[in-house]
Amino acid sequence: MKTVGEHAAPASVRIDGLGKSYAGTPALTDIHLQVDPGELFGLIGPDGAGKSTLLRMLVTVLLPDTGTASIDGLDVVKDYRAVRRILGYMPGRFSLYPDLTVRENLEFFASVFGTTVAEQYDFVAPIYSQIEPFESRRAADLSGGMKQKLALSCALIHQPRVLILDEPTTGVDAVSRTEFWDMLDRLKADGITTLVATPYMDEAARCDRIALIQDGRLLGQPDTPAAVAAALGHPLIRVSAAGSRPALLSVLRGVPSVLRAEVFGSWIHVTGKDHASDAASDRLREEVAASLTTAGWSEALVESVAPTVEDVFMARMGGPGSGQAA
Amino acid sequence: MTRDTQHITSDTVPVDESAGPDAVVSARELTRTFGDFTAVDRISFDVGKGEVFGFLGANGAGKTTAIRMLTGLLSPSSGSAIVAGHDVATSPNLIKQQIGYMSQRFALYDDLTVKENVRFYGGVYGLRGSELKDRRHAMLRKLGFEHLEGERVGGLPLGWKQKLAFSVALLHQPSVVFLDEPTGGVDPVTRRQFWELIYEAAGQGTTVFVTTHYMDEAEYCDRVSIMVDGIIKALDTPGRLKTDFGVDSMNDVFLQLARGGKRS
Repeated sequence: MKTVGEHAAPASVRIDGLGKSYAGTPALTDIHLQVDPGELFGLIGPDGAGKSTLLRMLVTVLLPDTGTASIDGLDVVKDYRAVRRILGYMPGRFSLYPDLTVRENLEFFASVFGTTVAEQYDFVAPIYSQIEPFESRRAADLSGGMKQKLALSCALIHQPRVLILDEPTTGVDAVSRTEFWDMLDRLKADGITTLVATPYMDEAARCDRIALIQDGRLLGQPDTPAAVAAALGHPLIRVSAAGSRPALLSVLRGVPSVLRAEVFGSWIHVTGKDHASDAASDRLREEVAASLTTAGWSEALVESVAPTVEDVFMARMGGPGSGQAA
Repeated sequence: MTRDTQHITSDTVPVDESAGPDAVVSARELTRTFGDFTAVDRISFDVGKGEVFGFLGANGAGKTTAIRMLTGLLSPSSGSAIVAGHDVATSPNLIKQQIGYMSQRFALYDDLTVKENVRFYGGVYGLRGSELKDRRHAMLRKLGFEHLEGERVGGLPLGWKQKLAFSVALLHQPSVVFLDEPTGGVDPVTRRQFWELIYEAAGQGTTVFVTTHYMDEAEYCDRVSIMVDGIIKALDTPGRLKTDFGVDSMNDVFLQLARGGKRS
């Protein structure tokens, strides 16, 4: 397989003060962000956070109201033609032609970029070979995981140096999601710079660095997933007990030193109001255990736990456990 | 509410009658073929009153086909299912009146206001006049959405829309509500608020039949079934599934089962 490095060094993405409003309503406000060459960068946030607006400006299909952005030093407004040649883009909605076959879709995208499938075959083979047995099937008849692989093959057909992926795993099952991230790892090994948007908080762990985004603004500074998770700033413990979850949540939310209590799989994560420290974590654990005993939950498990990116996201956006419910 | 159920890990046809005479959804060898392709292959299970039942599976495993049969939109090729007291094969229209339904793709009309949507759906489900008005007010008060009555639904944040759509699906007080990926793309806080609404409905006796790709949400269900290639490969409480598969999370249970699938 040919690597990007044979052609040119991987590119970087720079975003300086980018903003966009729709009919006077701000969709994105003053975004600053840099993706380093060869990095796999995650933009993590729910639907409506502004992820697509940001990515659409980067891929030169939407003009910014404020600020600038560049791909490998090329301005996304002034140099849009040159930018398009080095970018691969997978939009959020299924972007292929449903009436064309798998092979026809790939050939179409190759021809748009002045190349051919034969010429690029080695480059896309690691991904395309997985759907090649279904080459003559109409794209509309593919399963979710296969559509995703075809869309990625089409985005890669001109050997882009930067890959922009908008929610590539939304609506896709857990197995196909894992496989998709494995493919992104392989592309990273080839030196491709990737910026991927996702609403799945657990996918943050697969990225080199991440930025959290909500209501058109970044929540805090971009950093590694581990550093973002560690920056919760409050003590965090987890609780597990048999019985009614709503009743347990309401007991936990009633403890004076508790900032929020949220279900996390089979556990409930409880964030304290104090600043994070070992002592604060011990105090929170003792107080919560005592309150649970008083309320008749003496069998409950209460233990310290390392924060996840999702804990941090919820803490920064506010929510039901903090009394800021919509 | 949790019940003792048999746990299925082999390819045998599971018959789970644990919900007993209380069952609100009851499938027996339910099957649907399209030409020579068997989308749903003899699935059998019961879902009890007030139970939160997670219906999981990989893309293409047959979930959507099964749900379309259970909601009266598609007739079975063989086998049977009783939903809210009616047979899906013979009385599909009675079922449509007695269930609630929402999905990420089909929820409310973006071009109508909140009030218009509630009146439209209430009307479809046979609610009229002061009864409809009272329920609308009660529902919006509970959600804290009274000030949004005149707003177009299209302008609301996704999470609000989904909470509203769920409440609208419950407006006619159905005995069972089908939720097809109701929280896809919703922020983590609103996603949890949505599940608190689910618990509340279940606590009042509504059966909740829900699909999701978020494996942490599988943990919130009373029982979970996992479909692979048209059959139910496992069905039990999240706790027992994790014990039986020797793993810590439903994500790992799912990956173990679904990795064997041929259709994704």
